[in-house]
Amino acid sequence: MRQVPLAPVVACLWLILLAPACGALELRQFASPQQERQFHALIAELRCLVCQNQSLADSDADLAKDLRREVHTMINDGKSNEDIVEFMVARYGDFVLYRPPLKLSTLMLWVGPFALGLIALIALIRQIRHRRAVAPEPSQLTDDERARLDALIDRHH
Amino acid sequence: MNRFLLPLGIFVALVALLGAGLKLNPRLVPSPLIGKSVPEFSLPRLADQGTTLSQSDLIGKVTLINVWATWCVGCREEHPLLVRLAEEGQVPIYGLNYKDDRAEALRWLARYGNPYVASAYDADGTVGIDLGVYGLPETFVVGPDGVIAYKHIGPVTAEVWRDKMRPVLESLRQSSG
Repeated sequence: MRQVPLAPVVACLWLILLAPACGALELRQFASPQQERQFHALIAELRCLVCQNQSLADSDADLAKDLRREVHTMINDGKSNEDIVEFMVARYGDFVLYRPPLKLSTLMLWVGPFALGLIALIALIRQIRHRRAVAPEPSQLTDDERARLDALIDRHH
Repeated sequence: MNRFLLPLGIFVALVALLGAGLKLNPRLVPSPLIGKSVPEFSLPRLADQGTTLSQSDLIGKVTLINVWATWCVGCREEHPLLVRLAEEGQVPIYGLNYKDDRAEALRWLARYGNPYVASAYDADGTVGIDLGVYGLPETFVVGPDGVIAYKHIGPVTAEVWRDKMRPVLESLRQSSG
């Protein structure tokens, strides 16, 4: 059996693991470590509207770069998380948040899966109960049949 | 027979819900700016760098704001229609040239026609962000009071103009007297 060259395989694995991080490597200055943490937390919670399955942190899209720049500027201006979120939602709507707020319009989204699960569970329980209720009574055996049954059972003991 | 009605009913309801969902475009982001005023902006004009275009230039008449760029394929698609609308005098169209190269943009307009009363040059896209722009082309219908009445994402086609935008325009004009 040929030896598998290890070094290229390990190199590939590293590249694959690091690939997401390479997406958005931008150098930014922050006034304090808290602000830097605030930045990273926020861009992970905001959706990139171009690559809609990625957060602003992961996306390479131009718009994501622009929005990261905006968030950075706002943090340097001392804006709070609420201010920044409000800024984004005012322009892009609730969809920009990875965690949609609980409103009347998003009620179906939050409650829907649980509601459907509950309906399925109730239906299942009712089905089981219904089956039990109409299950036929075990028929009575005649003495003859009982004797034959006992003999059979005894034989196999 | 009755036993089947409830699950059947739930099934039909689910199918209707999911069927309606299939017709929707999940990538469309509805704009929260409908019913709000056009955000304040003041940008240099594309053609004449010395002059500016601002949201106050839109007040007093129903207008369209068309966000476009030379790198945008959809913009090229809808451009002939916009040129035709401008030639027919249907509605004044203002352009927002988004993250583009000024010289390229002017060349593009010279080559394909210029339907815009004026185009604002948004070099870094900040005004675009204020307008919630995420995918060109995007076209806004703005009332005479500067309030955004409608937003269309994607190229404006004849159907979109006829079925969606023109009715909004007409109702805006009627209500403003």
